[in-house]
Amino acid sequence: MPLDIYLNVAVGGILTGLVYGLMALGLSVIFGVVRVVNFAHGEMMAIAMYIAIVLFAAFKLDPLIMLLPIAAVLFVFGYALQRGLINRFITQPEHSQFLLMVAIAIILTNVQLIMFGPDARNVQTTYAFDSYQIGRIIIDANKLYAALAALVVAAALLGFFRFTRTGTAIRACADNYTGARVVGLDVEKLYALTFALGSACVGAAGVMLILILDVTPALGPVYTLLAFVIVITGGLGSMVGALLGGVLIGLTEAMAGLIFTPSAKSMFAFAILVLVLLFRPQGIMGKRLT
Amino acid sequence: MIARLIGGVPRRALILLALFALATLLAPLVAGDYLLTVFILMLYFAFTGQAWNIMMGFAGQLSLGHALYVGLGAYTTAILFVRYGIPPWIGFLIAAPIAMAVGGAMGFLAFRFKVGGVYFAILTIAFAEFARIGFDHFTWVNGSAGLFLPVAQFTHNDLWRLRGSPTMFYYMMLAATMLAFIGCRLLLKSRLGYYWLAIREDEQAARAVGINAFRYKMIAVVISAGMTSFAGVFYAFFYNNLFPEQIFNISRSIEIILAPLVGGMGTLFGPIFGTFILEGLSEGLRVGLDHAGIDIPGVKQVFYGVVLLVVVVLKPDGVWPWVAKKLGLVEREK
Amino acid sequence: MSALLEVNGVSKRFRGLVAVDNVSFNVAQGAIFALIGPNGAGKTTLFNMVAGELAPNGGTITFDGQRIEGLTPDRICQRGIGRTFQIVKPFMGLTVEENVLIGALLRRQGVDDAREHARDVLRRLELYDKRNQVASGLTLPDRKRLEVARALATDPKLLLLDEVMAGLRPSETTRIVNVLRELNRESGITILLIEHVMQAVMALAQEILVLHHGAAIAQGKPEQVVREPAVIHSYLGAEAV
Repeated sequence: MPLDIYLNVAVGGILTGLVYGLMALGLSVIFGVVRVVNFAHGEMMAIAMYIAIVLFAAFKLDPLIMLLPIAAVLFVFGYALQRGLINRFITQPEHSQFLLMVAIAIILTNVQLIMFGPDARNVQTTYAFDSYQIGRIIIDANKLYAALAALVVAAALLGFFRFTRTGTAIRACADNYTGARVVGLDVEKLYALTFALGSACVGAAGVMLILILDVTPALGPVYTLLAFVIVITGGLGSMVGALLGGVLIGLTEAMAGLIFTPSAKSMFAFAILVLVLLFRPQGIMGKRLT
Repeated sequence: MIARLIGGVPRRALILLALFALATLLAPLVAGDYLLTVFILMLYFAFTGQAWNIMMGFAGQLSLGHALYVGLGAYTTAILFVRYGIPPWIGFLIAAPIAMAVGGAMGFLAFRFKVGGVYFAILTIAFAEFARIGFDHFTWVNGSAGLFLPVAQFTHNDLWRLRGSPTMFYYMMLAATMLAFIGCRLLLKSRLGYYWLAIREDEQAARAVGINAFRYKMIAVVISAGMTSFAGVFYAFFYNNLFPEQIFNISRSIEIILAPLVGGMGTLFGPIFGTFILEGLSEGLRVGLDHAGIDIPGVKQVFYGVVLLVVVVLKPDGVWPWVAKKLGLVEREK
Repeated sequence: MSALLEVNGVSKRFRGLVAVDNVSFNVAQGAIFALIGPNGAGKTTLFNMVAGELAPNGGTITFDGQRIEGLTPDRICQRGIGRTFQIVKPFMGLTVEENVLIGALLRRQGVDDAREHARDVLRRLELYDKRNQVASGLTLPDRKRLEVARALATDPKLLLLDEVMAGLRPSETTRIVNVLRELNRESGITILLIEHVMQAVMALAQEILVLHHGAAIAQGKPEQVVREPAVIHSYLGAEAV
């Protein structure tokens, strides 16, 4: 196969990977701070994708324009979920909380199935088939826009955590729960805020992803797993790691789909997961686990 | 052995258990075809729940990919039967070691490299998904097109080749579940069982009293995998068709854990009790939906999700321990 | 009498911090040996190296004539070293009897055998009456005794006790001291203990090693050691000498 095709697919994979990275960033934030293993992560993203589809069908609005409102919806959803339900599980054994999220994931997936049926849905934007050409590389417009949006949102989130007071407070909670309480931080509220941010993040990622892929109710679980693979590969607790992990997975997925067969592409993500768990469990950017 | 089996169990519990066992033996005589199928399914979940429980409730490792072993058991025995005419019981002698080897490999990776808790759960999901996609492309077993067993018209029950009426399958699974129950009870009261309990409670303290945690966790995983693969044999020969997309699907894995979760992980009767609640409620739901004329795929799953949610929030230890206490069946003083 | 435990030039570093610095000592068979020193002196680190939780960076540890440094905790217990934890770790959901039974299973294949032995140990530690109580419901002193009972049930030749007296009232301390002394006298079990409670140390120990900043600064009989200027200095500062 000519080199061009490899390059094109690789570029496409990297761009998609940036969106994956944003999705994983949401999970990393949630797990890194609130220590909740959000097993409903992919399902929440699917919600955002479905909302985008409904709004597009009704108002013909480009998903990217609706990015903020949809992310806001997910923000509220995440806040309520954490404050109302997940919060009381902080002191429970790990698997209890994990199973809680599994239950929520099941409910979300099947509500989607009931509401929208099993068929794939997508959004046909005006630029769905456009592309740009740089040298010998052809870049799909939708992937490009999605990737750019992902970078913007990721940068905003990173900036928030680095430079704002609330962001710093949240990082303090992540570092030391008791210490944070002792200095008077309202940890519960900050946890809820963090979960909300992570949800908004994954909601945004969903809006970008619908430009690239179709959504089905079965998508949720697949992407939840993928998000975990990315976060573990990139390094738990590292935001930059999540983005890098996303790009890596996006790239391998695309190349595997090209070299082998498209339907086998997730197998490589799993192979990477196993390798990472065995040989570098802290991931690319993570700190040593105790 | 009998003493070990019933030692310490309150009289009341033994009587209830005996009555219950009697009821299960007589059930096919009074149940209609549909109800019998429901019971068979319940036995399937009670059995696999018990097998899963060994890994989780006894060794403390959360597996969300147990469908992997069901699938391995199903596909191995099915393909051997379809291609070479090998009867399922012989096929199982090959299928079980395969499942145990896979489980062992996963356990080895996990425990040697200190992958635990949530990470382990994710690893189990990944393995099952790997199998799902892998078998989809595995042409020798027909891949995604599905593997079909020849369903000849049977005039009599052929237990050896597992061709027969639902009643035959009922008794097969009933025997398996009873053996599993008794087996687990004996295990729990043995040295192995106590070591498992210790590891589950506090692995570091267990090591400090000379317990090789790695070895015993491996044993739990391997037993659990082997047992579960037997359920796969049933699955293949009862339904007579296998699709990787279905049998390795994460939904199957989650269905397996529902009964022990609702009933009570780490208890013996929990998985069985849990199945009753789940199937009972599920049938009630179905009747209700039928009456209301609703037939939408996904409603049953939402229902399962809600039940799981309620149980995790209100009774994370499962419903059975609470019920057992109320009925005065508990052996432990607090 | 030959030494049961020989610690030779053992060191442990944690990324630049030297926790244990070239420490050597022998514990004679049947002796009661105490490790004392101010907080952060490296006592628990040293302990953990003997118990197999940590591997030393240098030096050797010989037990009953065989090298044990670097072995895993379960192998070390199998060789005959039992230990308690500073922050007690009973099997919370199990009964007192079950806790000790699990310890007894190390040397006994049969559950009934092990249960008999467990009950003997419980009687000795005055926990027999509480044998059906769940561990999570016990008071701290009882949990400490349970911890010792469980370790004892493994039939160790050497018992490692990590600050067993911490948090106990003087009357409880006296009780445990008596039990340990009895035990040592009757069965000849060797005991190596870390302790801050000087009442217990003086009552029990036949020999003491003092650690400070990871290094051994004094060793000998209790009466001698507590008078040494270096020891007083390490606890109370230079002015006190």
